[in-house]
Amino acid sequence: MTKNIRNFSIIAHIDHGKSTLADRLIQYTGVVPERIFKDQILDNMDIERERGITIKSQVISLPYRAKDGLIYTLNLIDTPGHVDFSYEVSRSLASCEGVLLLIDASQGVQAQTIANLYLALEHDLEIIPVINKIDLPSADLEKVALQIDSELGLDPQQSLQCSAKEGTGIEEILEAVVKRIPPPAGLDGEPLAALIFDAQYDPFRGTVIHCRLFEGKVQAGDIIRFMYNNASYKVEEVGHFLLKRQKRDQLSAGEVGYILAGIKTITDVRTGDTITSEANPCKHPLPGFRESKPVVFASIYPVSSDDYQDLADSLDKYKLNDASFVYQKDSSVALGQGFRCGFLGLLHLEIVQERLEREYDLSIILSVPSVRYRFTLKDKTIVAVDNPAHYPDPISILKGEEPYIRASMLLPDRYLGAVMKLCMEKRGTGSTIHYPSPGRANLTYEMPLSEAIYDFYDRFKSVTQGYGSFDYDLLDYRESQLVLLDILVNGEKVDALSQIVHRERARARGLQACERLEEEIPRQMFKIAIQAAIGGEIIARSTISAFRKDVTAKCYGGDITRKRKLLEKQKKGKKRMKMIGQVTIPQSAFLSVLKSEPD
Amino acid sequence: MDDQTANHSPGPSGLAGLYVHLPFCASKCLYCDFYSTTDLLLIPDFLEALAREMALNQDDSRLFDTIYLGGGTPSVLSIPELAGLWRGIKKYFPMAKESEITIEVNPGDGDLSYFQELKRLGFNRINLGAQSFNDRTLSFLRRRHSAHEARTAAEIAARAGFDRIGLDLIYGSPGEDISAWRETLDIALRLPATHLSCYQLTPAEDTPLKKMLDKGLFALPEEQAALDLFLTTAEILGEAGFDHYEVSNFARGDIYRSRHNQKYWRHVPYLGLGPSAHSFDGERRLWNTSSLNGYLACVKNGERPPGGSEVLSRQDRELETIYLGLRTKDGIDLKSFRSRFQRDLLAGKEEVAARLEREGLVMITGDSLRPTGKGLALADSLALLF
Repeated sequence: MTKNIRNFSIIAHIDHGKSTLADRLIQYTGVVPERIFKDQILDNMDIERERGITIKSQVISLPYRAKDGLIYTLNLIDTPGHVDFSYEVSRSLASCEGVLLLIDASQGVQAQTIANLYLALEHDLEIIPVINKIDLPSADLEKVALQIDSELGLDPQQSLQCSAKEGTGIEEILEAVVKRIPPPAGLDGEPLAALIFDAQYDPFRGTVIHCRLFEGKVQAGDIIRFMYNNASYKVEEVGHFLLKRQKRDQLSAGEVGYILAGIKTITDVRTGDTITSEANPCKHPLPGFRESKPVVFASIYPVSSDDYQDLADSLDKYKLNDASFVYQKDSSVALGQGFRCGFLGLLHLEIVQERLEREYDLSIILSVPSVRYRFTLKDKTIVAVDNPAHYPDPISILKGEEPYIRASMLLPDRYLGAVMKLCMEKRGTGSTIHYPSPGRANLTYEMPLSEAIYDFYDRFKSVTQGYGSFDYDLLDYRESQLVLLDILVNGEKVDALSQIVHRERARARGLQACERLEEEIPRQMFKIAIQAAIGGEIIARSTISAFRKDVTAKCYGGDITRKRKLLEKQKKGKKRMKMIGQVTIPQSAFLSVLKSEPD
Repeated sequence: MDDQTANHSPGPSGLAGLYVHLPFCASKCLYCDFYSTTDLLLIPDFLEALAREMALNQDDSRLFDTIYLGGGTPSVLSIPELAGLWRGIKKYFPMAKESEITIEVNPGDGDLSYFQELKRLGFNRINLGAQSFNDRTLSFLRRRHSAHEARTAAEIAARAGFDRIGLDLIYGSPGEDISAWRETLDIALRLPATHLSCYQLTPAEDTPLKKMLDKGLFALPEEQAALDLFLTTAEILGEAGFDHYEVSNFARGDIYRSRHNQKYWRHVPYLGLGPSAHSFDGERRLWNTSSLNGYLACVKNGERPPGGSEVLSRQDRELETIYLGLRTKDGIDLKSFRSRFQRDLLAGKEEVAARLEREGLVMITGDSLRPTGKGLALADSLALLF
């Protein structure tokens, strides 16, 4: 009965309390016994729990007896909350009829509040503004109400108030979900059309497809077809997500659930694809999904080349759980066989790195991240280069271009000067400012994506003391004076440390890279020379002096075991570093070259 | 006894060593992390327990050619007490002819007759805990003797007939510059010492020294200064005819090396008696509890006083062979390494080895990999490269 189903999502700026609210809704509806309730239950990955952000979409069906006496199934689809993951948000939103737009009572409307609102509007969703954290002493409900009106164009009268932390206002929210969000449309009798919005890999059952049925129904024994590549599978099991998978006889139009079909060919399951019935297919795939576009590229190598196959297998599995991640084979002179990977942003990259190391127990090295540049060669061919190793022969280049973004920033106007200075330093141009409410500025700049992905976000947060918010859209490619900056360690070029940079920034970048490497590479037995070069010309250098004395003075009876254990530990630590020439380079060094001095 | 056991070859004979830990000190030094107690009233109980521990080991039929009485401060024991202990050793442990029999003595603890008695008992090597010939440094280190007493002790030991006299010295004390350390070395060289152990002052965990450093009360020398002290020591002692045969040890000639200590560095078996003493039988390393009361209680009940043990895996032995070898002038014998571990130590390491040779850190000659003087200063890091 679709009229008793509500599919909704919670969207918010980072740290506005989305996960906490999800926890309260789950708790209130009693789907999880209190004794096993862990805070932020939807964020079930370690990294999410540690960083306090949601990376993966998660879904849970909440049974709720409303004041009208009827029992509803509320499908809560949790969405990621960082600017890097807007694609994952879009997939989830397409599966919903409405959203709770969460706003922090003290911070008010932020850049991602607006970006998320636009996404929801794009999907034509019912929007319920919810002001959270009303328990904070700094909560300013009047100001937030004004912002909802002026900046979001929504009716503040329609907004709800809650404190997810203290559990107040939860029932009102559940009632609003039932009353204001429309039930899903769609008919059981139509040909099957189900939208894949996520997938996970279960080593025993194969791919677990998370989907939303728009039309038709599906049950065990049906033959389903993926419209993207026409692969067919026989359904083994369907069901709902409570806290765990709960088997059901069938899924029908309007429902959110899972399908198991013994799918081992993981590339068959494309997030955003439509599942239909082999026997009675729908005419068109479902609309509304954006293609995931990686904007940051880096290569991943195993620290030990023996682990190459393990890395390949892990990436295969990982990819299934992260539709935004793309990769292909790559090789480096310095680091051997590896993979070139595309990410949604630097945070995404760091999360992938952490998950590969944690969940798959791999020791990996990432090369210096890059955006995708475009070069027009003298023979008029155009090449896209996202890997400095593929930088064209400089004499063959007619012109180079780099991607530009429009950066949107919301900040208290007292930080305007500092932020504008930062943006200009980052080659920002074409700024606009307007003041959506007194004291708050909405600043936009056009700037190269390469400048924004580096350390812009951290520095922006730092100069605005955490009060600023940032979001961006890709604009276009613009001509740029590009050069290839190489790093040499003891005279040996380390291709994984090369970067494509703007000519005017090359010297500063080179110096910065040398300084960072000097900090990151531990002293060794020999002096280490670090140089930055363009072509054959050295533009910056630094030196790491050699160890001089490190020997333990005494080594008799009781010291021998102790000393051996210490050496074993050090040897283990060294295994996580990469030997290039005779220099041991820690993993952290590869990403560090992009980070500048803290302000 | 055959000839082999009688000669004073620089390498260990392969015969076992016996270490006896006497856990008593009249006072505690600032830097010391060896186990000891200042409750000297427990000495009689301890000696009784020690005799029992010896009895527990009476099945040990190995032949010993070194005995080392360390501590703590063995010289807080009277001659009759030492005589009793000595009788026990002779009763239970078969000794090779011309064994090396060392006792550590604290300067000021014994007069000429004390040393004469030691000689008469059978000790043939004295190791004096001189530490410094600078009174300010000695009082900083909380030693209870003076520089004068340290000098006198060495002289009377020689007069008592000891021809093997070792001095322990410490460099790198706060406030002591390189010229003050040179003076200590100069004095040491004028004394009848045949062996010098020169240790850099090291803050071990749970010592007053460590706590004071953590509080920032003073600082130890920086790396470059420490290296200067290390190299200067080797240079001065080298010119005076001392051979730098281990990181912190110098001998006036091969026959004056500490035969006992070399056993630790070459996986030669040794038996340790007394609290916290370590034993090694070729495969297993085990150690006694380091609490005197625990030790006394255990031994009284006729049990060994276990503190812990480990069986050395092949990898363990390999790593120890490498790192201990790189701490000694003789280095690693590549042939014996190959036969012990069925692998060539330098295989696949040619580039690193060549680089280390170029930098003057190691020498590869014939069948040995040996650290240079500069290399010894980096022995810990060197070990990580192989």
